Amino acid sequence: MLQITEGSHAVAEIAKFCRPQVVAAYPITPQTHIVEALADMVANCELDAEYITVESEFSALSACLGASAAGSRVYSATTSQGLALMFEVCFNVAGMRQPIVMSIVNRSLGAPLSIWNDQQDSISLRDSGWLQFYAEDNQEATDLHMIAYKVAEDHDVLLPAFVCFDGFILSHTYEPVDMPSQEEVDAYLPAFTPYHRLDAKDPISMGMYATPDYYMEFRYELERAMQRSIDVIKRAGAEFAEQFGRDYSALVESYRLDDAEIAFIAMGSICGTVKDAIDEMRDAGKKVGLAKIRTYRPFPTEELTRALAGVSTVAVLDKNISLGSGGAVGTEVKAMLAGSGITVLDYIIALGGRDVRKRDIAAIVDLADKGVGDMFYGLRTEVL
Amino acid sequence: MALNVGCAARPGKARKNKTGSWRVFRPVFESEQCTKCGMCALVCPEGCVIETEEGEFVPDYEYCKGCGICAEVCPKKGIRMEQEEK
Ligand code: SF4
Ligand code: SF4
Repeated sequence: MLQITEGSHAVAEIAKFCRPQVVAAYPITPQTHIVEALADMVANCELDAEYITVESEFSALSACLGASAAGSRVYSATTSQGLALMFEVCFNVAGMRQPIVMSIVNRSLGAPLSIWNDQQDSISLRDSGWLQFYAEDNQEATDLHMIAYKVAEDHDVLLPAFVCFDGFILSHTYEPVDMPSQEEVDAYLPAFTPYHRLDAKDPISMGMYATPDYYMEFRYELERAMQRSIDVIKRAGAEFAEQFGRDYSALVESYRLDDAEIAFIAMGSICGTVKDAIDEMRDAGKKVGLAKIRTYRPFPTEELTRALAGVSTVAVLDKNISLGSGGAVGTEVKAMLAGSGITVLDYIIALGGRDVRKRDIAAIVDLADKGVGDMFYGLRTEVL
Repeated sequence: MALNVGCAARPGKARKNKTGSWRVFRPVFESEQCTKCGMCALVCPEGCVIETEEGEFVPDYEYCKGCGICAEVCPKKGIRMEQEEK
């Protein structure tokens, strides 16, 4: 049913419909509205789940890990410093192959303290073995939670998943969301079937010690699961399209890329602005398009390469910076397109909540035209 | 061999995990000097020093890691640590 709702509340609602048996989270801006709403739902018996209150994010994800190992479907949500505090547990969750789904309401990392949006938090966990989905709007944020559970819990995958959506820009914005009913979600997402679980009558330990003789093989298994997840994501997206009419079967969404000379690559809410700017530039005869990355992990190398065939210049918008190197997405795209003859220019943009407007997108096209890139876009002149 | 997903394992793994391969020094028990005080069996962190039916104390080399604690505590200095030839 179409409803006007705040992004956080839409995500809380869909989390409820995914029927988590355990929720453990610690409130942090801008994620707070999600976990407040879920706490209310549990208190009001709208959601039959154990809501574990904890004293930190480290404990939150540790409780989730234990609950998932015991065979429960688990949900959590965090952002920024909260995710940073979960760093160690994130690696353990993936290594123990527990399919926890966690919303990341993207926010910058301190210092300096900032509660505003960029994607540094989830990007910094890119090597942890979690699938990473990025949503452009609240509808996509809502839908991706269902897909994330389906993919994560698939026995060919068994990896945890972040569903990332931009703090404030989406989380605190009211927009129409077509919210499925409980029955519709149940029809799409079957009950969780754990691969194996902790059971006092048939005890096992998980995440055991691996000597140098075996550790590398376990990392190889994680990488293989990531690669297998590509087909599972496509399948889950196609099934979703069949039931709900919204198609997420591609890991990369192409927007006006046919005959484009300059292609943007971006993730998350900025894609909406980029699409509008592209429409205006197309009206003015400029051949620009967008390849929107929906899954950053696994990185959609094959789809992205195909989507970009024929363009001469790629402008990557990175709402993060791998200090000492460049934007994380830009670096990967450069490696991916090495030798292709396509010029790849990287733009660090919108860090710490700096606003991006259509005119900024048009200005970046002008820079890309001149071959000027690999830079922070929109810096204050006093630092130059 | 397929690895267990998530490096999961059933209990009893320590018995299956033959830690003897870690050994650099091998304890050699000189039974002539032994007074059968049992200290070596008590302190061995692997629990792998066994008292035989004849009352002899012998290490199980399948598990002995060669830490040398038994040699250190033996009041008769009756345990020699010899470098393994590998
Ligand atoms: S060397 Fe260490 S492990 Fe081996 S028997 Fe002596 S105490 Fe036990
Ligand atoms: S500690 Fe030495 S003397 Fe005592 S039982 Fe062991 S080998 Fe024999």
